[in-house]
Amino acid sequence: MNAIEFAEKVRNKEIDVVEHTEKILDKIEKINKEFHYFNTISRELAVEQAKKLKKSPKGKLAGIPVSVKDCICVKDVETTAGSKILTGYKPVYNATAVEKAIKEGAIIIGKTSQDEFGFGGFNTNVGIGFEMPRNPFDKLRCTGGSSGGAAGITQLADFPHIAIAESTGGSIACPASFCGVAGMTPTYGLVSRYGLIDYASSMDKIGVMAKSAGECRLMLNVIKGRDAKDSTSIEGKAKIKTIRSVAVIKEAIDVDDDVKNTVLKCLEKNEIEYDIISLPLVAKYSNPAYYILAASEASTNLARYSGFKYGAEFTLDEDYNHYFSSARSACFGKEAKRRILMGTFARMAGFRDAFYLKAAKVRTMIINEYKEAFKHYDLIAGPTMPCIAPKLAEISKLTPLQQYMMDKLTVGPNLAGLPHINVTAGFSKGLPIGMMLTGGHFCEDALLSFAEVIRQA
Amino acid sequence: MMLTQDMLEKVAKNARLNLTEKEMDEFLPQLKDVLNAFSELSKVDAKDIEPSVQPVILKNVMREDKPEKSLSGEEVFANTRLKKDGYFKGPRVI
Repeated sequence: MNAIEFAEKVRNKEIDVVEHTEKILDKIEKINKEFHYFNTISRELAVEQAKKLKKSPKGKLAGIPVSVKDCICVKDVETTAGSKILTGYKPVYNATAVEKAIKEGAIIIGKTSQDEFGFGGFNTNVGIGFEMPRNPFDKLRCTGGSSGGAAGITQLADFPHIAIAESTGGSIACPASFCGVAGMTPTYGLVSRYGLIDYASSMDKIGVMAKSAGECRLMLNVIKGRDAKDSTSIEGKAKIKTIRSVAVIKEAIDVDDDVKNTVLKCLEKNEIEYDIISLPLVAKYSNPAYYILAASEASTNLARYSGFKYGAEFTLDEDYNHYFSSARSACFGKEAKRRILMGTFARMAGFRDAFYLKAAKVRTMIINEYKEAFKHYDLIAGPTMPCIAPKLAEISKLTPLQQYMMDKLTVGPNLAGLPHINVTAGFSKGLPIGMMLTGGHFCEDALLSFAEVIRQA
Repeated sequence: MMLTQDMLEKVAKNARLNLTEKEMDEFLPQLKDVLNAFSELSKVDAKDIEPSVQPVILKNVMREDKPEKSLSGEEVFANTRLKKDGYFKGPRVI
């Protein structure tokens, strides 16, 4: 039974939602011991919501267990973005997306694990004291990141479930690909960021994961919309209603043979005709532009964490600067430190023009290259990741630069704020291979309809 | 462009991070490697191109200038033990 049918049954009182909620909480606790998909399981809140719903079963998401990435605020539930510096932080309000989901009857089951603040593509850069989530198909492999916990539980849940996740440079598409689930990243601004812990504000997007594109649509329709609390939220208009023409980027199929062949076979099986086009700027410069901009924004956003007002606290026996520096140094993990250093450097006088400003200009050129492509095509299809989920032991041998290069296919649409969805194209060696479908701004509906009918190769 | 140890120490100070000797030895070559690769951006001719700070054209979200319910004092201080008489208690400034 999928989440859509389940909510219908809850509304018709065919399911005891309290009993169901308690049963699935037991299940995720058991899964969590082995796979580490949750930083916090919100049993008390979930049962309380279920009891309320049992009395008056209504809402588009009636009774559906919903997990929330740990960087998105849930009132009174510890919210850390996977970082030690936010240990113990319990927001006093809900993120707008969470508030909207709860109003439609969602049951919030917990906060899913992630790379610290979203800084990673494998979910191995977890904060100090956090567990690394394991791939649902092979525990020696990664889930992908940074929304690794969301993708893992979406795959392993044998009950209706939808995840609210987040992407800055590919953090929904990548883990969705490695874990074999549908992962929808909407147009920048479509979903309010109010209550989202910032990574890079000009790219952060709250999105959705589920077993199917149809279930992603159900949640996206609930959480989207303009919000007075987020000045960058927007209600845009789609230029197209259905997908009529498809392109494959030449440079994006320069990946592992397994991945390339599976994705092209999937397109063939679904009788999707396509042209091969070249997007040279996207291919060559998305990665440096993304990392410079994302690190620059992150280094300013993370300046707020200083070990007081909320989260981790220490004794006040040092002066102002020493206290902040000690707290930050003790609480941030290695990758967070690297990105803060990189971003601070890229914005410093003498280097700002060559790095930050240049990257922002190249971003314009990348956006324009996509715009030109979408004048001729409704959709761009291709692999989501250049490989299947790597082993944790292999990842630990990669340098930071080598790790960053793995995001080369997902950073482009994220820089340009384009909606994109991962669907599973097929399997190789028992592991899923994801296909990324990218559309023009605000074309989520057409994109989801296209994704809903894709059959695996 | 070569990132030097002196430069990285300055960056770390600006970013309020104390790097241990071990971290310095680890981060310096890693960041050099990354910045060196990303210097590729210098090859792009972006003369006359406006920088993008958002990927979509946004309009400001406006609202009536009416007072709304805001967080109570209790809520504002709910996440800290470092507080006194309705203020946050921070480290000494001077």
